[in-house]
Amino acid sequence: MKRGLLLFVLLFVVWLLLSGHYTSPLMTYGALSCAGIVLLVRHLGILDEEALPVHLSLRWLVYAPWLMKEIVLSNIAVAKVILTPGLPIHPRMIRLTASQSSDVSRVIYANSITLTPGTVTLDVRGSEFLVHSLTSDSAEGLLSGEMDRRVSRVEGAASANGYFV
Amino acid sequence: MEGLREIAVWICLIAGGAFSVIGGIGLVRMPDFYTRSHAASITDTLGAGLILLGLGLHSGLNLITVKLVFIFLFLYITSPTAAHALVKAAYSKGLDAPDIEEATGAARAIRNEALAVSRKGRGH
Repeated sequence: MKRGLLLFVLLFVVWLLLSGHYTSPLMTYGALSCAGIVLLVRHLGILDEEALPVHLSLRWLVYAPWLMKEIVLSNIAVAKVILTPGLPIHPRMIRLTASQSSDVSRVIYANSITLTPGTVTLDVRGSEFLVHSLTSDSAEGLLSGEMDRRVSRVEGAASANGYFV
Repeated sequence: MEGLREIAVWICLIAGGAFSVIGGIGLVRMPDFYTRSHAASITDTLGAGLILLGLGLHSGLNLITVKLVFIFLFLYITSPTAAHALVKAAYSKGLDAPDIEEATGAARAIRNEALAVSRKGRGH
């Protein structure tokens, strides 16, 4: 119920921002369609922790800026590699074990790896990730496990305070 | 103040455009499918991000900027998903890829690193 209400509020805010209509008849239609979507999602039975991972939202605010910084740094690194005449790449395929326990956190970790240029997640089997890396630097960055620890911290905080679960 | 904003807008747009072009150059220069996907991700992340940032600065604080923020968020969820789908499809179809190295802990990773270097030498 709580989750449904939250989804409704989120959808309605997004609707308002995208439409820019603030007159009452149109807003009523907007609210009705948002309510319809919430009912549909409930009926499908997919209104759960995975569809709306609200419990991750607070710590996510700490992780996102760090991820942005990493993305910018690795972008510059890969751009340098591309512009270097000798093309100094060293492609490797690495299998690593993620320390997260929930699927949502693994998705965040796998997507973070792919978002960072120089590394891309090929396959996920349980907690085993298969990652392709472009240069030795990008492989070492991955093997240092800092991203893994930070994603785990996002998850750990969630299970500790138990928001909306 | 207005002049400063104009300058910031142009820096963002030009840098974004430059990163997109670098991504394109990488796409041509890289030797195989997997390495090309790394080059393409430059265009997806910093290229698109900087262009959106420049456009957002240009339009100021209004609904257009909010929509740009939405585009940014959607892009940051969909582009790694698409990249993952592409490389996974290529890999499962048996496209040539480097040998898999196991790395379950930091110590093992470092040992593997040393092994890989001694086995293969520098060239690949």
